[in-house]
Amino acid sequence: MSVEVRLPTLLRPHVGGNSSLEVEGNTVGQVIDQMVSIYPDLEGQIITPNGDLHKFINIYLNDDDIRYLDKLDTKLNAGDTISILPAVAGGL
Amino acid sequence: MTYYSTILETIGNTPLVEVSQLSPNPSVRIFAKLEGVNPGGSVKDRVALSMVTEAENQGILSPGKTLIEPSSGNTGIGLAMVSRIKGYKLKVVLPANVSIERRQLLQVWGAEIIDSPAKEGSNGAVRKAQRLSKENPDYVFLYQYGNPGNPKAHFEGTGPEIWKDCPQITHFVSGLGTSGTLMGVGKFLKEQDPSIQVWAIEPPAGEVVDGLRSLEDGYIPPIFFDNNGEDLLDRKTVIGPKESIEWTRKLIDVGIFAGISSGTAMAGAARCAASIKEGSIVFVAPDGGWKYLSTGAWTEDIDVVTERARHTIYF
Repeated sequence: MSVEVRLPTLLRPHVGGNSSLEVEGNTVGQVIDQMVSIYPDLEGQIITPNGDLHKFINIYLNDDDIRYLDKLDTKLNAGDTISILPAVAGGL
Repeated sequence: MTYYSTILETIGNTPLVEVSQLSPNPSVRIFAKLEGVNPGGSVKDRVALSMVTEAENQGILSPGKTLIEPSSGNTGIGLAMVSRIKGYKLKVVLPANVSIERRQLLQVWGAEIIDSPAKEGSNGAVRKAQRLSKENPDYVFLYQYGNPGNPKAHFEGTGPEIWKDCPQITHFVSGLGTSGTLMGVGKFLKEQDPSIQVWAIEPPAGEVVDGLRSLEDGYIPPIFFDNNGEDLLDRKTVIGPKESIEWTRKLIDVGIFAGISSGTAMAGAARCAASIKEGSIVFVAPDGGWKYLSTGAWTEDIDVVTERARHTIYF
């Protein structure tokens, strides 16, 4: 199954300038692995060398932060959108 | 009690009002905690008073001193009110893209406004305040993002008030900014009943993220880490500006004139209600609608207002 992955400006140079990609995978983790295998420059940018999500990266499945779903094991459905975003300060 | 000896005593003990008419699920009740009735007009009065009191107790703050704080409005306004009463000077680092009323209110209370670029958002305001406080060591920098007095105000105030008024609560829903409300209330409620679910609602990251040059420019409030935020939260979900404004308008149907971030939280509560079988949800409405009249949120074409909201900090 392929899903749409949206990328923030600062990661686009690592994926040939694309703002979104269609990527294969049944879980969020599989999608990220697949992206890194196609675009090796992404190595270490999203997932740290010890396999954790980078602390300043948030990944949303549709509207939900996957840290509070099943993290990288979160399962995907057809038509889902994954958004990768850097963490920023919220309103105050 | 027949009277209060200072306006500061009227901070907190805000009303909890049932708004279940707006619930998409007849088996789920929804209650709004109306923080707009605080004297400075928002939930941040609690945080401002708590941080100032702690600093006074620690001897860091005494009359005549100057405070500096990055704020898109409400914390600045709360601090400005408290500072005016207690005799402190206040400098607020304010992103340029906040509603005109937020700026006017800071001026009413006599705060000095230091502008930071709109395109850098709250991140830019935080960085500028950090730099200015380093350059001027005599400034007192309370730093709401890292000050334990912020979640403490909610652990000792907002949380116990909710528990007393609504002991049947199953879900707590609140906006995620500094994370102070979620950490303080969430921790208190889970200590009373670990089955209570805590939902964080946030606006889309917007254009600010486009300005980040590297991932290391990212930012997570220290109080989020200090309170093990990742373990405390059960869900974190994004609500866009259009949905926020739609729910801000629906709140009017039940007589609640609240700010746009209250519409965001209400939208989160409605989404939560639709996803559970039964329960009672409490959400925080951080401020009243007064500061957003100039945005046209209630009266103008929704698509026009939504587009405007994309460029304004309303959260």
